[in-house]
Amino acid sequence: MERIKCVRCPLGCMLKVKVTKDGIEVEGNRCPRGEEFALQEIENPMRILTTSVRVSGGVLPLVSVKTSGAVPRDKIKELMDHIKSLEVEAPVKIGDVIEKNVLNLGVDLVATRDCDEK
Amino acid sequence: MKRVEVVVVGAGAAGMAAAKGAAENGAHVLLLDNENWVGGILQQCIHNGFGVHRYKEELTGPEFAERLKKEIPSDVEVMTGSFVHKIFPEEKKLIVISRRGIEEIHYESMVFATGAREKTFQSLLIPGTRPVGIYTAGQAQRMINIDGYLPGKRALVLGSGDVGLIMARRMHLEGMEVIGVVERLPYPGGLRRNVKQCLEDFDIPLYLSHTVVRVEGFPRLEKVIVAKVDGKFSPIPGTEKELKVDTLVVSVGLVPVKKLLAKFVDVESGILVSNSGQTSVDSIFAAGNVTTIFDLVDYVANEGEKAGKNAALYAKGKFEGKRIPVKKGEGVKVLHPKWYDPSDPLSVYLRVSRPMERAVVRIGKYEIEAEDLTPAEMVHVEIEPPCEDEIVVSVTEV
Repeated sequence: MERIKCVRCPLGCMLKVKVTKDGIEVEGNRCPRGEEFALQEIENPMRILTTSVRVSGGVLPLVSVKTSGAVPRDKIKELMDHIKSLEVEAPVKIGDVIEKNVLNLGVDLVATRDCDEK
Repeated sequence: MKRVEVVVVGAGAAGMAAAKGAAENGAHVLLLDNENWVGGILQQCIHNGFGVHRYKEELTGPEFAERLKKEIPSDVEVMTGSFVHKIFPEEKKLIVISRRGIEEIHYESMVFATGAREKTFQSLLIPGTRPVGIYTAGQAQRMINIDGYLPGKRALVLGSGDVGLIMARRMHLEGMEVIGVVERLPYPGGLRRNVKQCLEDFDIPLYLSHTVVRVEGFPRLEKVIVAKVDGKFSPIPGTEKELKVDTLVVSVGLVPVKKLLAKFVDVESGILVSNSGQTSVDSIFAAGNVTTIFDLVDYVANEGEKAGKNAALYAKGKFEGKRIPVKKGEGVKVLHPKWYDPSDPLSVYLRVSRPMERAVVRIGKYEIEAEDLTPAEMVHVEIEPPCEDEIVVSVTEV
C-alpha cells in the first residue's frame, strides 16, 4: 500500500492506495477527485504550472500566468525554459491567452492578472 | 472631516469581503488600504490553490483578488494609498494620511482587517554576521513575482510553513539552486499538499528537527550553519553542518498586525472576536489574519464578509452581540473565535497541539470524528449550538 497526498485542493487528503491487478483501490479521499488523482499520480503525475512572463511597456515588469490545465510533471522544466523566452506587450488583461497550445501540450498559457500600459 | 457608517481598515481578502458584506446590508462603506492597490498580499501569491471552498474552483492569488473585487458593490468608496495613523474608539473616529492630506473619518462601526506580517530573521536572534542575502519568504516572493529579479543563486529556506515551501519551488523553477528546507519541528509546518508538490516533486530535501545556528559572510551571505535539535529545540552539539549559500529565505510564521487597536480591545496573539466578528468593543469588528492566522484565504473572506454584515447591522442599531466564552480544552493549541454569539452559526477554527491519527473533536456537546490531524492544518467545523454558559472545545486521540 502506498500513501499519496492528494493535491487537487488545499484539504490535502492522505490517500491510501493499493495497486491491484484490476486497477487501484483508494481510501482516505473526501471526494471523487481523490480517486482520479491517485490513478493519475501512479500512471503519469500532472500539475498546473504557475509562473510569470516578461512584459514590455507595462506598469509592471511581469505578468503572472498559469497553464489552463494540468501538464505532465516531467515537462515542467522544458515548459519553464520556454516561458522564460517569451515577452508580451502591455496592456495585458486577466484571462488573456499568452500562447495557445503551449509546447503542443494541449493547454494554453493564460494571464492571471491585469498589466496596464505605462 | 468625513462621515461613513462602516469604515473597513485594510483591503486584503478580509477587508474586501467585509466591504462587500457591509454594503450588501445597506451601509455606506469606506474601504481603506495603505498600498496603492486592493487585494493585499494575494497579488504576489501567483501560485494556485485559492478559492476551492468559496468559489468551488482553483484560482491563483491575483485571480482570487480580482474575483472578490468584482463582488464589492460599486457604491463602496475605496481609498488606496491611505494610511490609518490613529484610532479613537470612544469618539468613533480615525485619522487617515494620504496624498490628499490628513483627514478625520467618523464612523458608526469599524471592521479592522489589517492582516499579518512575517516574523523576521532578526527576531530569531541567530548569531553571526548581518549580511545581504537574508530575506523573509514574502520579500523574496515580491522580488521574484512582482519586481522581476532573483534574490540570489543558491538558497536555503528556514521554516517549512506554506510560504517557505512555495518559495522553495518558485526559486527552483526560476533557476536558483535550492539546497533544502530546514524545520525545527519533527513535522512539516505547511500543508501536506505543499510538501508534496513544492518539495517532493523537485527532490528538494526537507530537514526536520534541524535549525540554523549561525550565519557567516559579509557584506554578502556566504555560509549557513545548521544543526539537529532536541525535543526542546536546543541544537545538539556535534551535529553542525556547514552549507554554502548566498541566500537564506526565512519563513518562520506570521504575526497579526494589531498595534493600532491593541490598547483598546482584548487581544491575545491576535485581536479577539466572537463568531460574529465583534471585538470586546461593541462598535469594532475584526476579521482575517489580524484575529488568528488562517490556512485558507477562503476562510478569511468568509469571516470578513460576516464581520462586514454585522458591522452594517450594528451601524443601523440592529445588532446586539452576545459573548459566550469559547474555551480551549485538551489537545487544542489554537482556537478561534473567543466568544460565541448565537445570531450567527458557530464557525470554529482550531489547531491541534500535536499530530493525531484518529481523534474526536468535541465542541460543547457536539462530537465529530476526525482523522490525520496535524498542527499545520487548521480544522474547521460549523455548528449551531444552544446557548450555554460556556463552550469547551477539545480534541482527544482515540
